[in-house]
Amino acid sequence: MAGHAENTDIIVATQVNKWYGDFHALKNVSLAVKRREVVVIIGPSGSGKSTFIRTINRLEEHQSGEIVVDGIPLTHDVRNIEAIRMETGMVFQQFNLFPHLTVLQNITLAPMHVRKIKKAEAEARAMQLLERVGIPEQAPKFPGQLSGGQQQRVAIARALAMQPKIMLFDEPTSALDPEMIREVLEVMEELAESGMTMVVVTHEMGFARGVADRIVFMDSGEIVEIGTPEHFFTDPQHDRTKLFLKQILK
Amino acid sequence: MATGIPPTHWVNPNPPAPAQKPPATTVGWIGWLRAHLFSTPANSVLTLATLWVLYWIGGGLARWLAGAFWEPIWANRKLFATGIYPSEQLWQPAVVLLLVCALFGLSAGRWGSIMRTVGIGLAALLLLLALIPLGGMAQAVMAVGLVLLLAGYWLGARGGVASRWLVAGWILSGPLTFVLLGGIDLPLLGASPAVDSNLWGGLMLTMLLAVVGIALSFPVGVLLALGRRSKLPVIRYFSIGYIELIRGVPLITLLFMGMTMLPLFLPSGWGNPSQLVRAMTAITFFSAAYLAENVRGGLQAIPKGQYEAADALGLSGLDSLRFIILPQALVKVIPAIVGQFIGLFKDTSLVSLVGLLELVAVAKAVIQQPEWLGVAGGVAREVYVFVGLVFFLFSYGMSFASRRLENKLGFGKR
Repeated sequence: MAGHAENTDIIVATQVNKWYGDFHALKNVSLAVKRREVVVIIGPSGSGKSTFIRTINRLEEHQSGEIVVDGIPLTHDVRNIEAIRMETGMVFQQFNLFPHLTVLQNITLAPMHVRKIKKAEAEARAMQLLERVGIPEQAPKFPGQLSGGQQQRVAIARALAMQPKIMLFDEPTSALDPEMIREVLEVMEELAESGMTMVVVTHEMGFARGVADRIVFMDSGEIVEIGTPEHFFTDPQHDRTKLFLKQILK
Repeated sequence: MATGIPPTHWVNPNPPAPAQKPPATTVGWIGWLRAHLFSTPANSVLTLATLWVLYWIGGGLARWLAGAFWEPIWANRKLFATGIYPSEQLWQPAVVLLLVCALFGLSAGRWGSIMRTVGIGLAALLLLLALIPLGGMAQAVMAVGLVLLLAGYWLGARGGVASRWLVAGWILSGPLTFVLLGGIDLPLLGASPAVDSNLWGGLMLTMLLAVVGIALSFPVGVLLALGRRSKLPVIRYFSIGYIELIRGVPLITLLFMGMTMLPLFLPSGWGNPSQLVRAMTAITFFSAAYLAENVRGGLQAIPKGQYEAADALGLSGLDSLRFIILPQALVKVIPAIVGQFIGLFKDTSLVSLVGLLELVAVAKAVIQQPEWLGVAGGVAREVYVFVGLVFFLFSYGMSFASRRLENKLGFGKR
């Protein structure tokens, strides 16, 4: 367990609703995440967990309810959206590295053009981050020449290069071959250990049990149960949680 | 274990097997012939029939070539090169050529890759033209051009010029070309008489139309492609309307409309644009519509994740387009874009129908010169073959360069 959580909230979502056409994808989702807290969201596919973390940095737009990130309300104002995106890094299931740029350029692009950091400084920091995720020797290569696990570690370094206060992980290991999941989880564990605020959508129950401060269980667009890993795995309250745990922990 | 397939439980006792070469496929040229051309009776018949057709075409071509009469082209080499541009002022196009040579040399040295490929082609062409006895002055200009190209390359490769100065040089070279060709007033040398753009002609005019058309239609086409995907209805519907309207009209119609209707659209006081400007406008607008559709194809091929990753990093919409989306989208459609440019290059020949003396118009004029009236069968074949070869040379050059560019930009995923 990370156990760094402070007593102030950094993400506050209240009564968030979202529809895709007639389909009600998020139903009155309310969640507060504390500074330096690690929150893991689990649930069956189609339960709205990915949709929910994608509303936090406005990759998906919510239609009602309120989201405040580090005191900035998420509105239609582009300045607010950009301010929130500068404070939140995101890691995707499909890595989404830029295939036409080298690993180093992938990492330095946003710091140079969004934070206006000088090239030399951005590159020096990128190399430090590549050291941190364990693949400095891959800096001059293109993403297509890397394994899935290496690509995902570059994606984490790319997000960290913007020095975000929050990291969002959208199923970061779901597209990886089994032998590469471990190397990505280790980087995430180290990140949690360092005190980063993290919201993680994942199917990795080992990671949830070992690293999360709290676990959020979602089903059919709503939050069903929230608890510490200990309570969640040993003493689930809701029937839907029990059923889900029974299915995956068989 | 007669089949060599291991039983249910089996542990490989051997050390890891070393990689082996694939089995040889070549069996000598006789074997190759037998395998590919004479494998079955039907195949053999097809091969022999093809050989006969080749012999038939090649024989006819050879007989014609043996008696071909190239004098009209040699005698009119100045007309093919620059049209009826005044002979005593040919130094002006020559300066433009030298300027372009120097810029190509510097760019090839500074940037390498595709510029070097094009630069090598240009150097070969200059060398050839410097060796052919075109006439003392022309050969001297070509030789100086070659020297400038090589000197530029040497300087550029040594880092003697910054990229942004080169870009500025290329942009400035456009207006400068028009000033140089149209006649200038130099403080020390005095004024050279103005040359009406209707007198510009030949390969020079063809190249001018093509280069201006390409350079202007590319940005317009990209903007239209982006406009067509815009969320703003006014921009989107304007772009759709423009693209569909222009694509629904033949270029020749646009050229005639440019000749007759362009002044109606211009603010009063802009005067009466020359025929050259009207033709360039029509070609640019025409090409931009097609280009926009090509670029849109590239934009649609970019996965949504790329936009999301750029957004999530906080890149602005413009930066995301500049650094992430357009570089990938354009690379995907290089073959289509270059195809469009080759089409544009060849379509410049249509301006001969609105009174401009480009390469094909010169060809027509040469064929009708009274000197060749006595030649049996006329000289049309030789003249059109020559013009066709010139078009082919540049078109194939573009095609070749585009393939090099595609390979270069393969992003390491070979």
